[in-house]
Amino acid sequence: MSTEQDMTSFAFTAENLEQAKKIIAKYPAGRQQSAVMPLLDLAQRQVGWTGIPVIEYIAEMLEMAPIRVQEVVTFYTMYNQKPVGQFHVQVCTNICCLLRGSDGVGETAREVLGVNWGDTTEDGKFTLVEVECLGACVNAPMMQINDDYYEDLTPESTKAVLEALKRGETPNPGPQGGRQFSAPEGGPTTLGDLTFGSEKA
Amino acid sequence: MPKLTIDGTEIEVEAGVTILQAAETIGIEIPRFCYHERLAVAGNCRMCLVEVEKMPKPVASCAMPVGEGMVVHTNNANVRKARQGVMEFLLINHPLDCPICDQGGECDLQDQAVAYGGDRSRYQEEKRAVEDKSYGPLIQTWMTRCIQCTRCIRFISEIAGTPVLGGLGRSEHLEVGRYVGAAVSSELSGNLIDLCPVGALTNKPASYTYRAWELKKTESVDAMDALGSAIRLDTRGNEVIRILPRVNDDINEEWLSDRSRFACDGLKRQRLDRCYVRKDGTLAATSWSDAFAAITAKVNGLAGSKIAAIAGDQTDVETMQAFKDLLAALGSGNMDCRQDGAKLAAGNRAAYLFNSTIAGIEQADALLIIGSNPRIEAPVLNARIRKRWLKGGFKAAIIGPKTDLTFQHDWLGDSAQVLAAIAAGNHPFADVLKNAAKPAIIIGQGALTGEDGAAILALAAKLAQDTGVIADGWNGFNVLHTAAARVGGLDVGFVPQAGGKDTAGIIAGAQSGEISVVFLAGADEIDMKSLGNAFVVYLGSHGDAGAHRADVVLPTAAYTEKSATFVNTEGRVQRTRLAIFPPGEAKEDWKVVRALSDALGKPLAFDTVKQLRQRMVASNAVFATEGVVAAATWAGAGAEGALSDKPLASAIDNFYMVDPISRASKTMAECTAEFGGGCGCNSKKKTGTHG
Amino acid sequence: MLRDQDRIFTNLYGIHDWRLKGAQSRGDWDNTKALLAKGRDAIIEEVKTSGLRGRGGAGFGTGMKWSFMPKTEGARPHYLVINADEGEPGTCKDREIMRFDPHKLVEGALLAAFAIGAHASYIYIRGEFIREAEHLQVAIDEAYAAGLIGKNACGSGWDFDLYVHRGAGAYICGEESALIESLEGKKGQPRLKPPFPAGVGLYGCPTTVNNVESIAVVPAILRRSGAWFAGLGRAKNSGTKLFCISGHVNKPCNVEEEMGISFRELIDKHCGGIRGGWDNLMGVIPGGSSTPVLTREVIENCPMDFDGLREAGSGLGTAAVIVMDKSTDIVRAITRLSRFYKHESCGQCTPCREGTGWMWRMMERMDKGDATIEEIDLLQQVTKQVEGHTICALGDAAAWPIQGLIRNFRPEIEKKIRARNSSAA
Repeated sequence: MSTEQDMTSFAFTAENLEQAKKIIAKYPAGRQQSAVMPLLDLAQRQVGWTGIPVIEYIAEMLEMAPIRVQEVVTFYTMYNQKPVGQFHVQVCTNICCLLRGSDGVGETAREVLGVNWGDTTEDGKFTLVEVECLGACVNAPMMQINDDYYEDLTPESTKAVLEALKRGETPNPGPQGGRQFSAPEGGPTTLGDLTFGSEKA
Repeated sequence: MPKLTIDGTEIEVEAGVTILQAAETIGIEIPRFCYHERLAVAGNCRMCLVEVEKMPKPVASCAMPVGEGMVVHTNNANVRKARQGVMEFLLINHPLDCPICDQGGECDLQDQAVAYGGDRSRYQEEKRAVEDKSYGPLIQTWMTRCIQCTRCIRFISEIAGTPVLGGLGRSEHLEVGRYVGAAVSSELSGNLIDLCPVGALTNKPASYTYRAWELKKTESVDAMDALGSAIRLDTRGNEVIRILPRVNDDINEEWLSDRSRFACDGLKRQRLDRCYVRKDGTLAATSWSDAFAAITAKVNGLAGSKIAAIAGDQTDVETMQAFKDLLAALGSGNMDCRQDGAKLAAGNRAAYLFNSTIAGIEQADALLIIGSNPRIEAPVLNARIRKRWLKGGFKAAIIGPKTDLTFQHDWLGDSAQVLAAIAAGNHPFADVLKNAAKPAIIIGQGALTGEDGAAILALAAKLAQDTGVIADGWNGFNVLHTAAARVGGLDVGFVPQAGGKDTAGIIAGAQSGEISVVFLAGADEIDMKSLGNAFVVYLGSHGDAGAHRADVVLPTAAYTEKSATFVNTEGRVQRTRLAIFPPGEAKEDWKVVRALSDALGKPLAFDTVKQLRQRMVASNAVFATEGVVAAATWAGAGAEGALSDKPLASAIDNFYMVDPISRASKTMAECTAEFGGGCGCNSKKKTGTHG
Repeated sequence: MLRDQDRIFTNLYGIHDWRLKGAQSRGDWDNTKALLAKGRDAIIEEVKTSGLRGRGGAGFGTGMKWSFMPKTEGARPHYLVINADEGEPGTCKDREIMRFDPHKLVEGALLAAFAIGAHASYIYIRGEFIREAEHLQVAIDEAYAAGLIGKNACGSGWDFDLYVHRGAGAYICGEESALIESLEGKKGQPRLKPPFPAGVGLYGCPTTVNNVESIAVVPAILRRSGAWFAGLGRAKNSGTKLFCISGHVNKPCNVEEEMGISFRELIDKHCGGIRGGWDNLMGVIPGGSSTPVLTREVIENCPMDFDGLREAGSGLGTAAVIVMDKSTDIVRAITRLSRFYKHESCGQCTPCREGTGWMWRMMERMDKGDATIEEIDLLQQVTKQVEGHTICALGDAAAWPIQGLIRNFRPEIEKKIRARNSSAA
């Protein structure tokens, strides 16, 4: 782990400091420790990962012992304990994705990016990781890239998404095969009898 | 009170106790690793599973409260099977290195494996290896042995109040570790070793030097601070290998400070093992008779007023009684047990004791600390105060060092004027004390040794009288001593007799030539350079400051090498026990004094320790009863006077080195180098309990 | 088949506007004040009448759970905590509620909080659901702006605050006491019980933890009556349910159906049948990864509800139906689950911390055939050593899939072992 290198200091930007205050206010007085997870997330969005300076900064802000913050950082998988690429490509390989071809998605991703699981591309643009179930199982196989889900993947669509990102484009998230979210392919089998007020009229 | 049945025995216990505790009351011990009666319940090891009828699954008895009508089985086939399963899980990733593990022979895991372990491993997979952590000079880590019981994490967070350990990661990769930027520098850290049920945390200075079963165990009393903690001396041959705490709920519960535990290597170093007499400027080894002859030559025919004696911080009562009698026989009243010049008067016992008692501090609901840092002066007491604070409804403040005491408190400044303001009722903390049901004051030696010591003591006494610190059935006026010898010295009256001089007077007399012979009974903390041309006779165990200044050195026993009386800061009379013999020609101190009295032609009126102790009882009836604290009668304290501007500070500046033994200890030197003297108190790192 | 008129999640597929206006056009927030005016006891009674059982997996009666809360608020405030930490492999239903019908959840939160005497509620949403959390926050902001929640919510006189709290990647936080720990800013390690959250929950205060779906159906129950909900499905297994059908069906999907629908009907009506036909069906995990796998014979006509699947030797769990056809390497599939549980164990208690690793390693060897036949029995014993001995249910959840595999597909394991041994010979 490169936890102690690369980050020498940390402080929230003025904007994030405001945001942090709002987050802390969501919890009762004296319970500011509850804000540790959202604040770590905020910090990670600011600098990409949660190094020791982040831990100490947040520990001080929330009046926690730094070890308690470090416990949180090391317990939850979404806190990056080392820097990651601009695009954090997280491929689900859990059972539902496995059944519908996540092997092919993973293989394609490794091929297209030229890296192994856990590695970052040389240009620092992509970090590829294998992750546990992301909760989009009827749209398997799928991957998460930063804040978005890419679903109903095939090796081809996986390649297309990654190549688009490489080119600096923003591929559309969601089901790549074009279906209506989690409805059965070809259209819903239910809810067709309903119309709602102003909408369908 | 719920009734329940445990293994066929019906019992009635208090509501709220756990099944494990209930079982203990009828002598059924349920195996456990994570559970510890002085720590929060974790329930994670699952070794204490029992079966409760009508419950679908086995339950952790350490966490399950008893219920009316429960029928519990602690040792049927199902329970044994569950425990065998847990035991197997604990062992699959535990190394089979018992033959080279210091915990071997006193390892909970090893013991329970005998009861619940299989005769072979069914685990064919790769075993886990965990990187060792650096916990400093006192604790050796063997993290692969760790069974993740979290006792260490709970102790350091809850009891010590220095949360630097945590469980990092998760799943089978959960590792106990230290915060990357913090040291495990709690002054109570050695207790982690005792708490660790396996060999993951072991005694680093003693690593690989013993097997538990070859040690002789002697129960004794600590003399490294003024608490008199219950200890066990583990020895082999004539060597103290390690020191462990014993349970004494009145004093140390089952904890021990790091100095008391780890300074024991100092018992082997710098020892005086024969007599010395200064010849041509240098000390030359000699015999007892020559040494006595040198003293006799100097003392005989000398007026009593030219002779004086000062007792040290670890001098036992027997020695002081003997010296007092010898000086009386020589016609001298020049003697003092307060080498630090503390303005405490012998005879007014309630004015120099920790009256609330150590355990009694848990009843206090407000506390004012004056000129003391209990965290380094008496870490075990400090943990009690923290324990009290954790229960809530406790307000504390300090006039003295600005530091992390591990419990929340207000820092009121370090000027005695603040105390004057509180005593005058002109400070908000006066109301805190007034409004408390059981307010308490702790006054440290840092407040009492200055010119204005008596004045500060008087102010504190006035404040105590005015605010309910002293009330019917409650005396929260507490003097915290730092020296194991001090209360005993005051009790036996080792203070200037009629017309005699105190420490300052003796030093001045030595400088002016008014005093020409000074006996130092283990006194090493005075400024030796100020003794002028006096002929100095040093009795003591170590080649420390006193021996270096001395003209005659008489080697004596350390507290581990004799049966000797000490009175702790509460006024509790206790006795150490001989665990090993003094080295070389060193002898018990009082015997040296007795023999010297013969040489000086003033034979003392006792020949045995029994007779000497009867003499002590005659001096002060408190010596008749061991182990208890008799309430002392309050009669005010101190004397009004002017206050100085000197800031109030702790009497101790380096926790690790305060006496000849700890100054001789290599381990304590390493701690000083690694942690500094302030023991975390001066650390920049936050611990979460800032006042 | 359930009539569309009886479906609650009318925007399940995100076809319509998910925001306040669209939600109101689908009947949400319709005179909520009147629902609140029924009073606390009446609401709990109505939910009890509905027979609603918790939709998070355990199936505990929701009305019953609410009734455990202290009747009056003492010195400690009450909290409603909504479990949106959807992470059980196979399960993706709460996600749809939060991104396409968030107002159902917000309205349900108000009603449930009122019923248990809570003025504040936290929705703990898994950290990866970033877009879903955004929708939810928009819905909450809309509700505040419209006076539906906040001070004097819906003009009812009841003050109610609702907050979103995002997790950060830990399956175990779906366990209610781990979730509470996490919400308090700690590692998500389950607590010992007793005490239960209704007595000592969030911040040591009385707390009810409910699943998203459980809360989101409450407004419909109160509007249409508990009797309506109870009239759907079977006794003690009433209502509608969101099913997530994944794996080897022709058209994987989420769908709201009546409880107790047969597996066969569910698959044929909504999923276009089993891939390769019914004869190609190998096994089904009927309720999320923790529930034991069943064979075609057992599952085909089984009613998909709590009791039906329990009697079949498995469970409804979250109604996440994972279908495996005969092309499936089922040993590999279950091995993957073992790896998941090993990864997600909080590490706190011995049997789970050590047992999940042991089971996974043995499964890896089984998958390669690198084992002996006798070791299957050892594996079975290890699962039994974990099951029932842990602080929370994750230990059981890790043990059951393996037990299901050994019970129903032992020959598949043996086949791998024999194949490797013969190729080695």
